[in-house]
Amino acid sequence: MTIAKIWVVAEVVDGAPTTTSLELISQARTLADTVEAVVWGDGATAAGTLGEYGATTVHDVGDLGGALPGSPVAASIAAAVAAGTGPDAVLLPATYDGRDVAGRLSVKLDRPVLTNVIDLTESDGGLASQHAIFGGAEILTTRFTAEGPGIFVIRAKSFAAEPSGGAPAAVAAAPAPDTGASNAARIVARHVEERTGPKLDEAAVVVSGGRGLGEKENYVLIEQLAGLLHGAAGASRAIVDAGWVPYSHQVGQTGKTVKPTVYMACGISGATQHMVGMKNSKNILAINKDQDAPIFQVADLGIVGDVHKVIPKLIEALQARS
Amino acid sequence: MNVVVCVKQIPDPAAPPALDPGTKNLVRDGKLILDDSDAYGVEMALQLVDAAGGGEVTLVSMAPNGEVSGLRTALAMGAAKAILISDPALAGTDALGTAKVLAAAIKRAEPDLILAATESSDGYTGTTPVQIAELLGLPSVTFAKKVEVVGSSVKVERQTEAGYDEVECPLPAVVTVTAGVVEPRYPSFKGIMAAKSKPVDNLTIADLGLDAGQVGVAGSRQEITEVAPAEARAAGEIVVDEGEGHLRVIEFLEQLKVI
Repeated sequence: MTIAKIWVVAEVVDGAPTTTSLELISQARTLADTVEAVVWGDGATAAGTLGEYGATTVHDVGDLGGALPGSPVAASIAAAVAAGTGPDAVLLPATYDGRDVAGRLSVKLDRPVLTNVIDLTESDGGLASQHAIFGGAEILTTRFTAEGPGIFVIRAKSFAAEPSGGAPAAVAAAPAPDTGASNAARIVARHVEERTGPKLDEAAVVVSGGRGLGEKENYVLIEQLAGLLHGAAGASRAIVDAGWVPYSHQVGQTGKTVKPTVYMACGISGATQHMVGMKNSKNILAINKDQDAPIFQVADLGIVGDVHKVIPKLIEALQARS
Repeated sequence: MNVVVCVKQIPDPAAPPALDPGTKNLVRDGKLILDDSDAYGVEMALQLVDAAGGGEVTLVSMAPNGEVSGLRTALAMGAAKAILISDPALAGTDALGTAKVLAAAIKRAEPDLILAATESSDGYTGTTPVQIAELLGLPSVTFAKKVEVVGSSVKVERQTEAGYDEVECPLPAVVTVTAGVVEPRYPSFKGIMAAKSKPVDNLTIADLGLDAGQVGVAGSRQEITEVAPAEARAAGEIVVDEGEGHLRVIEFLEQLKVI
C-alpha cells in the first residue's frame, strides 16, 4: 500500500473502545500498512480489543487529570509528527471530543481538517474523502493537496467494524507536552442520563418524535410505541432544544447517527440536520400531516396524517396483538 | 465583561442551496442572513454582559462581499458593534483559514469571553471555534447547554454522549453554545432602528496582517474532485390517513418481520 501509517483517535468508555473507533480502525486497515491507535485516560486497558481490530500499537496519552481531551491529545499527536514518528493520516470519530482534538491538531500542524466524512478511499497514492451535503442529497469527494498528515473527522456507521484477529496492541506512553492556558478547562462533575431499553444507535427499531407532537407531554406516545416494538425512542433536535427530552435522544447531525432496520419518524419534517443522522436506515416510515414535508422524500412508507390520531391507534393495535 | 460573538451570515436556508459549478463552493452571492444557530450565542452574550453589570457585545464575522444584513439583525438584538472582515481574497476559505481571520480580528477586541455556535447551518464543519481557541492559546469548552460566569471563570454544562459534564474554565476562553442554551429575543422596533447607526468596522485581510496565501482557495489546500448525487432512495408509498393509516403501518412492520 502507498499509505504507510494511519493513526486512529480511539475513544474508550468503561474499558471498551466505542463502536465508531473500531469502525475507523477496520477501515484504516484496508488503506494503510500500519494502523495505530491514540488513547487517553484508562484507554490502554482496551489494547486487547484495539489489537483484535487491527491496531498494532496504542499511543497512550495517559491520565488527563480532569482536562478535556482536545488540547492534550492534539499536543501528543503533534509532538510525534514534529519528531518524525507521526502518521500519514489521523482519523477521528465525529464526536464532541473527536472534533475538539481535530480542531486543535489542525492548528498545531497547520493542516486543513476534513469533517463529516462518510467514506475514505485511496486515490493516487493519497486519501480521498466523501462528504454528504445538503442533507445527504449530494456527495462531495475531496482530496488534501497539502503535505500530510491529513486529518479526517468521520461520522459514525460509515464503515463496518470487523475484527482482524490481531494480537493485543503494544502500549507506548505518549504523554502530552505542557499546553499551558489552552488546557485550562476542567471537568468537575459528570452526569449520566439514564435511559431504558436498547441503545439508540444499536436498536433494530427506532421511533423518533418531533415538533409535530405539539407538546412535551405527547412524547410518551413515542416511548410507548418504541417499547411495543422493542425499539429505542429518538428525537429531532427541535424538541431536544425545546427541553422536551434529554439530548441523549437526539438523532441527527449533532446527535446520534442511526441505521436501524426500521426508522419511524413521527411529526418530524425532515430538516437537513435530522436527515444526515437517519437517512441510511434500511427502512424509513414517516407520519406527518404536511404532505410536502421533506421526510416523505426518503420514506419507504409515508402516512400523511395527524400523529395524534395515527399513533394512538397504532399503539392500540399493537397492544391487541401482544 | 466584554464578549465577542462569532457570527456567520449564510444564504437563506429556505432557498435551495447550490454549488458553483466551477469552484464547487457554496454559492454565497445573494442576500445573506444571520445564521439561526448564532442567535443563541448573541442572546447568551447579552445576558452574560447584563448579569456582569457592564461591558458590551462585539460581533465578529467574515463575508466575501461586505454583506451586513445578518449583522444588523444581531445588532438589533442588542450587540454594541461589529467587526466585518471582507476581502475578495477570502472566497473559498476553509475552516482553518476562517479561524485565522477571525482569531486575528478577535485579538483586537481583547474580549473576556468568545462565544460561537457549535457549527454553522450551511457548512457544519464544526471546528472553527476550537481552531480559534488554539490560535489564540485559549481554553475552549464546546457544546455548552448552560453557561454562567462566576468571577474570572466560566462554568459550563457540556453535552456528552452519556449526559453532560460540569466544566470550569478560567477566562478568557472560547465557548460554543447549542441551540438549547437560551431563548433568543426578537429584535424590538427600537432595536432595529438603533442597529442602523451602530458601528461596523470593515477590515481587509491586509488590515489584519494576514497573507492572502493563508486564506481563500490556495490556503484551503484541499480540492473537491467530484460532486455526485447521492444514491436516491426508491420512491416510497404515500398513504393519506383517513382513519385506517395505522393498518398500513402494521402491515409494513409485518412484512419486515419486526412484529
